[in-house]
Amino acid sequence: MLTALMPMATDDDGGFKAPTVGEFFPGELIFVGTPFAMTRINLMGLLMAGVVCVFFVMAFAKPKLVPSGVQNLGEMAVDLVQKNVIDEALGEKGKKYAPYLISMFWLLFAFNITGILPTMHLAISSVIAIPVMFAVIAWLVFNIQGVRALGFFHYMKANLFPPGIPWPIYLLVTPIEFVSTFLLRPLTLTIRLLANMMAGHLLLVLFFSATSALLLADGFVKIFAIPSFIMGFAFTLFEILIAVLQAYIFTLLTAVYIDSATSEEH
Amino acid sequence: MKGMTVELLAEISGNVNAIGYGLAAIGPGIGIGILVGKALEGIARQPEATSILRTNMFLGIAFTEALALIGLVAGFLFV
Repeated sequence: MLTALMPMATDDDGGFKAPTVGEFFPGELIFVGTPFAMTRINLMGLLMAGVVCVFFVMAFAKPKLVPSGVQNLGEMAVDLVQKNVIDEALGEKGKKYAPYLISMFWLLFAFNITGILPTMHLAISSVIAIPVMFAVIAWLVFNIQGVRALGFFHYMKANLFPPGIPWPIYLLVTPIEFVSTFLLRPLTLTIRLLANMMAGHLLLVLFFSATSALLLADGFVKIFAIPSFIMGFAFTLFEILIAVLQAYIFTLLTAVYIDSATSEEH
Repeated sequence: MKGMTVELLAEISGNVNAIGYGLAAIGPGIGIGILVGKALEGIARQPEATSILRTNMFLGIAFTEALALIGLVAGFLFV
């Protein structure tokens, strides 16, 4: 039966129930009652992180000059980030950050794509812990690298006192620059990823639960299950695009922040 | 006028947050439209600048879109 296959939010009587935020707080599954209690989402996160690790270890454990098999795929995965993100945003000095950015891209992709994988049906990055962790790491990386490249006072001066404006304007500009560079950057990184994955999941639940509810309804209303299902299917495809795009944008923004923190001129 | 009673003519039920999110989506919607349109215009005029324009377009979209998404999150936060 169709209802068994879909991320459902229906009542037992099959009536329609709109999805709520409760979707993102499933019950604890193992180690219940201990500080290590894990929900479905935590287990999925461990699994996907493991998949990414195993994939890259398999690809590059014994690298050959002429790649074959998994190594081909691994080199494609590295190349994709290297060409589209690192070369574009960082150029020459990107070499140092390549391992960080590439692993971040693929981890984020793995955490996003579970939103449409059958039996999982919930993006791991749609709970705030994952985006916030990635954003904090990105914040630490670009600040520490900026301080290391320019020295603390020079770094602060470059960020908070943009040159070429009359001094009274600094009263206005410096607080704005401080908030936007040191507070809003990690905040928007977090919210962008979180809200995208959250909205995507809610949309999918909405369409598929409407499909099921309409299908079980009486009378001619049944036929509206078809457009609802088509929309759900279309948004599933759209979610694949979003999973790639959000991983790309998160990595690109991190690269741009690192670039602007470590370069002299602003 | 004497004897006039206040009558309930219309009533809204449901969640006001939905309206808030609708309003929050207007600005970024227009913004992203302009942004992508201009980027495409630039690419059409100068195809050799495609890669840098596309990167910057995605950056701009990311910043613009954040506003709409904050609207979405706020809808859930301030129930």
